[in-house]
Order: sequence, then C-alpha cells, then structure tokens
Amino acid sequence: MTSKGFGASSKLLNAKIILNGGQNVTFVRADGYFTFHNVPAGTHLIEVAALGYFFSPVRVDISARFPGKIQAALTENRKALHELILEPLREEQYYEIREPFSIMSFLKSPMGLMMGFMLLVIFVMPKLVENMDPEEIRRAQEEMRTNFLPRSS
Amino acid sequence: MGSSHLRPRTAMAIRARLGFVILLSLFFSATLSTALYEDQVGLADWHHKYIGKVKHAVFHTQKTGRKRVVVSTEENVVASLDLRTGFIFWRNVLGKNDHIDQVDIALGKYVVTLSSGGSILRAWNLPDGQMIWESTLPVSTLSKSSLYVLANMNVGKDNLILVFGGSSIHALSSMDGQIVWRKELSIDSLEIQQIFQPHDSDIINAVGFVGSSEFVVYQISYRTGEVMQQSKASFESGFCGEASLVFDNLVVALDASKSSLVSISFKNEVINFHQINLSDLVPDFSGKVTLLPLKFNGMLAIEIASSILLLRVKGANELEFVEKISHPFAFSDALPLSKEQQAFAILQHDESKIHFKVKSDNDLRNEILKETIQMDSQRGNIEKVFINNYIRTDRTHGFRFLVVMEDHSLLLIQQGEIVWSREDGLASIVDSTTSELPVEKEGVSVAEVEHNLFEWLKGHLLKLKGTLMLASPDEVAAIQAIRLKSSEKNKMTRDHNGFRKLIIVLTRAGKVLALHTGDGRVVWSVLLPALRRSETCGNPFALRVYQWQVPHHHAMHENPSVLVVGRCGHGFDAPGIFSIVDSYTGKVQNSLILEHSVSHIMPLPLTDSTEQRLHLIIDAKLQAHLYPKNSDSLKHFFNEMPNIYWYSVEVEKNKIKGYSLESKAELDTAEEYVFQAKELWSIIFPSESEKIAVTATRKMNEIVHTQAKVVADQDVMYKYVSKNILFVATVAPKAAGEIGSATPEEALLYAYLIDTVSGRILHRVCHQGAQGPVHAVVSENWVVYHYFNLRAHRYEMSVIEIYDQSRADNKDVWKLVLGKHNLTAPVSLYSRPDVMVKSQSYFFTHSVKSMAVTATAKGITSKQLLIGTIGDQVLALDKRFLDPRRSVNPTQSEKEEGIIPLTDSLPIVPQSYITHSLQVEGLRSMVTIPAKLESTTLVFSYGVDLFFTRIAPSRTYDSLTEDFSYALLLITIVVLVAAIFVTWALSEKKELKEKWR
Repeated sequence: MTSKGFGASSKLLNAKIILNGGQNVTFVRADGYFTFHNVPAGTHLIEVAALGYFFSPVRVDISARFPGKIQAALTENRKALHELILEPLREEQYYEIREPFSIMSFLKSPMGLMMGFMLLVIFVMPKLVENMDPEEIRRAQEEMRTNFLPRSS
Repeated sequence: MGSSHLRPRTAMAIRARLGFVILLSLFFSATLSTALYEDQVGLADWHHKYIGKVKHAVFHTQKTGRKRVVVSTEENVVASLDLRTGFIFWRNVLGKNDHIDQVDIALGKYVVTLSSGGSILRAWNLPDGQMIWESTLPVSTLSKSSLYVLANMNVGKDNLILVFGGSSIHALSSMDGQIVWRKELSIDSLEIQQIFQPHDSDIINAVGFVGSSEFVVYQISYRTGEVMQQSKASFESGFCGEASLVFDNLVVALDASKSSLVSISFKNEVINFHQINLSDLVPDFSGKVTLLPLKFNGMLAIEIASSILLLRVKGANELEFVEKISHPFAFSDALPLSKEQQAFAILQHDESKIHFKVKSDNDLRNEILKETIQMDSQRGNIEKVFINNYIRTDRTHGFRFLVVMEDHSLLLIQQGEIVWSREDGLASIVDSTTSELPVEKEGVSVAEVEHNLFEWLKGHLLKLKGTLMLASPDEVAAIQAIRLKSSEKNKMTRDHNGFRKLIIVLTRAGKVLALHTGDGRVVWSVLLPALRRSETCGNPFALRVYQWQVPHHHAMHENPSVLVVGRCGHGFDAPGIFSIVDSYTGKVQNSLILEHSVSHIMPLPLTDSTEQRLHLIIDAKLQAHLYPKNSDSLKHFFNEMPNIYWYSVEVEKNKIKGYSLESKAELDTAEEYVFQAKELWSIIFPSESEKIAVTATRKMNEIVHTQAKVVADQDVMYKYVSKNILFVATVAPKAAGEIGSATPEEALLYAYLIDTVSGRILHRVCHQGAQGPVHAVVSENWVVYHYFNLRAHRYEMSVIEIYDQSRADNKDVWKLVLGKHNLTAPVSLYSRPDVMVKSQSYFFTHSVKSMAVTATAKGITSKQLLIGTIGDQVLALDKRFLDPRRSVNPTQSEKEEGIIPLTDSLPIVPQSYITHSLQVEGLRSMVTIPAKLESTTLVFSYGVDLFFTRIAPSRTYDSLTEDFSYALLLITIVVLVAAIFVTWALSEKKELKEKWR
C-alpha cells in the first residue's frame, strides 16, 4: 500500500507516521509522501505524530475483494477522504500566552481592586455623607437605634 | 482546563491547615489553567536526550565544515553526533520492532540504514536527518542480511547499494532507492557470506556456503546483476558457517567441528582447500576455535581457550603469529589510510587503564600509535571501538577513537584524552525509585542568593515587567537567566517543599545512577559488580530497584539505601542477584548471588528495627524467602504473616492464583527464612474465548485521604478502598493481535475487578467489538483503561468506580448515636461484599504508550491521569473528565460539585501536555512521586529520553507560584501607606479649616 502524505512542508521535518498503534512506523519524505509496505487487507489506523500539529487518526479500509481499492476517513469527525492526503486539523499551542499589559487587567487584579476600593472609601464616602440632608442622617441614625432594640412581639 | 475547584470538604481541610496562604494564593491565581508560559520552560523541568548503546558508527569527516559521526543504536535510533562535542545534530527513532542492522553513508550525503531484518532500507539526509527515500525488500527472515555500499563506482552519477542475505542480492540506486537489479542465486540453502569488489573492476564477487560443505564463488556484473562466472567446490569435513575474507581471493573458514581452520583460495574458477594446522602456532592446542570478525586484509583473529591470537595470513597455507591478546579487548574495523595502506586499532583493558594501539598493514609488529588513558572504573570494560583518522600538521596520521563501554556510555578519545562522553545507558532505564537528600546541617551557609536587598528588588521588578509584558527582549533573557541561575533547586540537601530528591535509576547495563531532580545531573553512578558478566553468572540482567532502608526515626545517622534485584540468565529458574547500594554515595554495601530464583518480589509494609524494609522474594518453586535475614525481621514478620497474601498471574496458562503463607514444617535453622506458599484460590479464564491482556493494581504507597465522597445534596458515597483490588483485562484470542487483524464481530474485551485475598470477582464488564492493546491504571476506588473500539474504529477510555454499599446506611447521625448502625456487624471473607459500580466510556484520539496517575503526599489534591501518547508526549488529563457521574445535562447541584457535562470524547488541550513542546522519544514509562507540598507531584518520564517536571493538578494552592510578584505587593503596600498619610494630612487640613470657620 502506498499512501500520499501531506504536501511538502519544511515545518513537518520529523513527522512520524504510525500504523496500527505502533505496528509500523515510518517517516515523511522531503516531498511529503510516505509509504507502508506489505499491509494486509482489512481495516487499519494511521496516526501522525508531528509536534505542534493536531492530526486526526485515519481509518483506512483496504478491500480484500477488489485489490487496490482503498477507503479512508478521519476518525475524529468521520470525514471521508477521497485521496489519502493528511492535513492537520489545527495547530497546537503548548504554552499559555501572556496577556499584554493593560490598565484594565491591572485594575481587575486583586491589588487593583484593593486600591480601587480604598480610594472609593476615602474620597467618595465622605462626599456621600456630605451631600446627605442632616435630617435624613438623623432619621437613619434613629432607625439604626430602633433596629438594635429587642422586639417585643 | 484544570480550574482550582475543590470539593467543599477538602477545601475546608486545607484551609484549616494552611490558613492565610491558601486564601492569598487562590486570590492571585488569575488564570484557570495549569499550563506553562513559554518563559517558564526549564524552571521546574529538564529534558535530556540520549540515543542508547551504539551498535555501528560511521564517521563523516572528509569535507571541511561540520565533522560528525553517524551512529545506530540498540534503541533503534539513527543519529548524527557532533564529533567535537558529542551533541546530537539530529536523530530519528524507528519503530520498536524496526531494529537497525547496519548503517552507512552513501554518496557522501545520505545516511543509509538497513533495518527490520534486512527488509527496509532508508536514506536520510546527512545534514538534517530528513528521510529521502525508503525501500522495502522481500527478504527471507531466516538469514541475516548485510549492507554493502559500493564506493567510487559510477553508473552515471549514481552509486549502487547492495543488500545481500540468504541467496539473494539486491542492488539499489542510492539516489532514489529504486531497485536497479535483483539476483536470486537459485540455490536454496545458499548463505552469502561476503560481497566484495576487486579494485577497479566492473565485477563484484560474492562468496558463500551451500549447505554445510560446499563453497561457492559468484562473479556478478555490477551493472546488470548477471552472473558472469560461478564456481563451487565441496570440502568433505564440512564448514560451520563462520568465515573471514582475508584477501580478494582467499577466505579462511572454520570447519564443522570448529577445531581447525580451512583456507579457501579461489581464482579463475579453481577453488582450493587447505587445512591449516594450528598446533604449529599454538603448541598445546586443544578444544574449540572461534573466528573473530576482523575486517582487515591479510589478518585473522581467532580465539582459543579465552586468549585471542592475531595471525597474519601470508599465503593459502601459511599463517604467522603476530600477537596474543587477552580479555577484555576490542578491535576496530580496517581504516584505509591511503590506497595501499590501511590501519586498525586494538584496545586492551588493563585494570583501570586502556591501552590503545593502532597498527597498519605495512608493519604489523610495531604500532603507528600507542596511547594509554585512565578510565573511570564505573564504565566497565570496552565493548566496541570505531576509529577515524585525521592528518596532523606534520602530515602524520592522528586517530580518533569512538569507544562504547560496558555501561553503554559513548566516549570520544583523541590524543590520549577523553574529548567528550555521553551517558547513553540512561536510554535504557529498567526501573527507578527515589531517595530523599540529606537534611541541611546547621552551620552550613544558606545559599547566598538574595544577599542584596537592592538586587533582589531589581530582580522582582524585572519579573513584574515580564508578567506585565513590558519587558524588552533583553530583559526577558535576563529574567530567564536569573531564574535558571537560582542555585536553590540544585542544592544537595533536602528542601522544605520536597522538590529536591534523588531519582535512582537502574539501567539495562546493570548500572545504577542517581539523578538530581533539580537539573537531572548524575550525582553518582555505579556499575554493579554483581550484574556484570562473570564466571558464575554468564548472562546477568537487571530486574528492579526498591527502597531498602529509609531511616527516619531510629537509624538517623545511616544513609538510606536501595535494593537492586537481578537475575542470572533469562530463565525464571535462574538464580537471583541481590545488591544493596548506598543512596548518597553509590557505594555497594552488600552484594550476593542468591541460592534461589526470583519470580516475584514483594516489598512488605514492614521494617525491622534498623528501618530496613522487609522483602519477600518468591522463587519459581513457590517458596517465599524473607529478607533481610535477621531475627528481628523474622519477629516482625511473624506478627504480620497471617495478613500476607499475594497472587500470581500466569499469562501463558491464562490463570490467576492467590496464595497465603505458611511456615515450613521442618524448622532447621537454614530454612528459617523460607516459607511455603499455600494456594487459596485460582481463576482460570477459558482459553478459547479469553486471553489475559493486562493486569493492574494500585500503587503500594498510595495514600487515600478520605473514604467518603460527598455528592450533590449533601449525600455521601463510600469509596470501596482496598489495597487488594486487581484489574484484569482479557481479550478474545482472535483479536489478541494488532489492530487490523480482527473484525469487530470477533473482538471482545472483558474487564474484571478481582479481590486478591478472596479471589472473588467483584465486577465484570464486557466490551463488544473492543480489542487491545489495553493500558490500565488503578487508583483509590477507580480504574481507567484504554483500548481500541473496532466498531467506531477509535480508541476508547473507560472508567470504573466502585463504591461500598454496606456502609451507605451509616449516614444518619441518630442511628450512630443510638447504636443502630451496622459498623459492628461481623465482616466475613465469605460474604459477598455489597458494592456498587459506576462506569462510563469516552473516545480518546491517540494511541497510548503508557498511563500513570498523579500522587500527592496526603492524597487530598484531586488527581490527574498522565497519558503517554504515541507521539511521545505526556498529557495530563483531569480525573474529573473520567467521572462516571457525568451526564449530558448536569443539574445545578451537580454543576456546583464540579461535574462536567458529558461529551463523547475526552478533550485534548495542547496546554495540558506536561512535556510542552518537547518529546520524550521512545517513551516507556512515567513515574509519579509525591512532593512534601500537598499540591505538587513530581513526574519523571523515561524512554530513550528523560523528562522531569513537577505538576500541580489543582494548581499550587498551598504556596505562592514562581510567578508571584513580590514587587507588585510591595508597591501596593507603599502606595497604601502613602495614601494613608496623604488622606491624614488632608483631613487634618480640613478639620483645621472647619475650626476656623
């Protein structure tokens, strides 16, 4: 069985192609092709190990009745392949990406929140108290007092 | 993503213990994943690349520029090494059955490897290791194949590569690997011994034996493969098959009785035999002769009675004695110095010295070069040598020697000095264990990092800039350097968090090495004398390494030690080898060859008064031998003896048997430490429908923190936590082979949970249409196993959790208070345990090489599965993804509990590869070691490469991360203090104003 690999890509220098979970291992040639020899008829599994890329394993059916007839499908999304050309489903990013510095992220951090709250208490609270009607304050104080008294019900 | 969700109970427990720190760190952990930032690589992890024991080496030094040596190894690696430093330019690890037979360089730019018993020929680009072409040859597996790259013969611009084995020769173009011609020399039992090309001719000669008595010579056209000439002759006393080509027209062979040499000269279809009389050379000769492979024109090396004779062949009937060499030694192949001259090297080991001699065929009595170097005795004897020459400034020849030692290390020696060495024995680790480092003594100065407050603050400011992405590339590099330089992690003392340890590994060569977890350097190494080939033990091999003595309370002044167990020969009845090695110094404390065999080793959870761990060794005759052999250990053992059970798995017989121990009836003193096994139960699987594929048990030292699991609605489930659970997977015999060999209808996989004390099958489940390979891991009350589902044609992972139902009623506090609970109900071995089993299956994308589970000091932290994928990466997968209580639409309370909605396949998040952008080539196993810090597990994975890192499955909730910005904290405090003063001043001012009003 000869299978066509992905198109030539210098990035995929050391991609390994694995048949049936390690039964055979081969490598990708410079032109992107790979070959497995002497594979019997049946249903097989091809996996690609290439660092930085996610490849779906491929189910390959080799017909016993019609020599040379091969069907292939991605096992991840059941997509049938007309030609055995393997393409990565996505690139894999192994590291977290640092968020660039922004004033918002700093403010959202615990330190920022702490400072923000402090400032709020220092500058805004007195203003609130100031703006209140003296009558209202008195009424509020009264209310507080009554709330603390035990209820006689 | 591994969010830091903790079940309420466990979180409470930690909070109680760790108080403020945990709150703080939970606060600071802004991101939810455990992944790594790119600039954190190398902080807690290290990765070492190896290649394994070198089998063949080819130098490539002719051209100017990079000088390299191409090697193939026993780990199926083909690699190109820098000849100056020994670093790997590139390497390719072939499949596990794809053993490399030979390696060579063709056309000066391709590395050619012959592998898989001579059936696969591949060419690799010399500069970068990219595969150029691959050819498969139909070769009979019975005969050994060899590779012959023809030099200086141009067919167009192409050179031919000849592969011969049995009776066939294949000629392939070295440009594209196409078969140019193929010759099947139509004789069935032909074994071609050698192919060679007489100088400047279009003809290649092939010589070989037919059957046991006929010798044949073929002359074959180089271009077409046509047989130009063929001659054969038979020799009445027969050959044994060993032969050595001495000249282009002379072969020296061993006769059938292996007691005398026969020289075979052939010229123009005439073959002549001459029996060579060895008694002329060796006066008191008797016994057998062995021909040693020495590819050198006109020379012969034979071994008689363990001494080696170098002989010069002067003619068909004339041998001349040159030199006698004794073991241990190594020869190199011939190295052409010029058209007429060639040289070869003889290396001889003499105690701790190695003598190097290079001889050329001009003058065999004297040496061109004679050097002696001192060799580390822990490297053992020389095994192989490859030589290469260079022209010195005074136009004489200088030589480089690439030496393979007994411990599989590789050294380059030039001008009597070791230029570089590689510890390649570490590519074949058999087993590993860990040891704590010594406690830091008082008075020993603490590392002088952070000596200067200003420096310290500057460092943290830099780090802050880094985290806020304000740092320039130069500053990023500076941050990296500060982090890596921190000598803290490489100290040779115990640390507070338990990150610094020694990993003690046992390699296939019988070497024990201690690696520091900080940077993976070798602290000490020892080639165990007991595991070296000797008169008493011809074929020793290493089995396991265990902790032997871990002093904490009683024997504090003593160093910890490890026990290495080996076997003399590969049979199960071969005598065992026992070696005890000091973990701090590598000194062998005790070493012995046991009188009995070793089929099973059981470390017991008992120690004697000197803190030596008790071990039971079960031999092939089912007798248990107790070690250490002293009365104290015997006393401890007798107390526990009724509680000791074990089982044996006989894969060939499809049987699992359980045993207990009984004292031997006859109590003579010698047999005091020997006990007899008593068979308690056996499970026999029907061999027509099932075949044992894998067994797995819990790790002996695993710690389970809580037996109860709080589920939604404040309900409690009790885990069935038993040390004696054995997981067994069996597959249908028809589907026992590789994927692709069976149809879904033929395949069946049964999973069993067996109690190894009673032999009771607690649970059995059948997976239709599933087949191996099966990988399983058992922990706490659950099993996770990986197998192939033929119907979906995808890999699957299943989880089984087992809960104890008999305790389910004990939830009511009132019942407990009033004594109406069943805690005092009699527990019997014979009563069926009332268990409840939950299971679920999911698809998993990759093939798996190995599985493990994280382990922490107290077992509080949630667990992650470590999955070694076929791409040699290690994936950490949260156990919460393998929770049988997952459902498509979890209820609100289940969501609060942290249950993830059910998906049909397990997610693979690239950031959760703990190996990040590295590969542990040839991955075989992962070992998890708990650190002292509850949140953290140390992971050591090994194959051809080694990789170590530490992971925190629920994030480091009990300590500040490396990333924690002290500078930001300080700045905040300063700003707050400043704000207090400013507001105080402002309020003073305001008050003053009020008063003036």
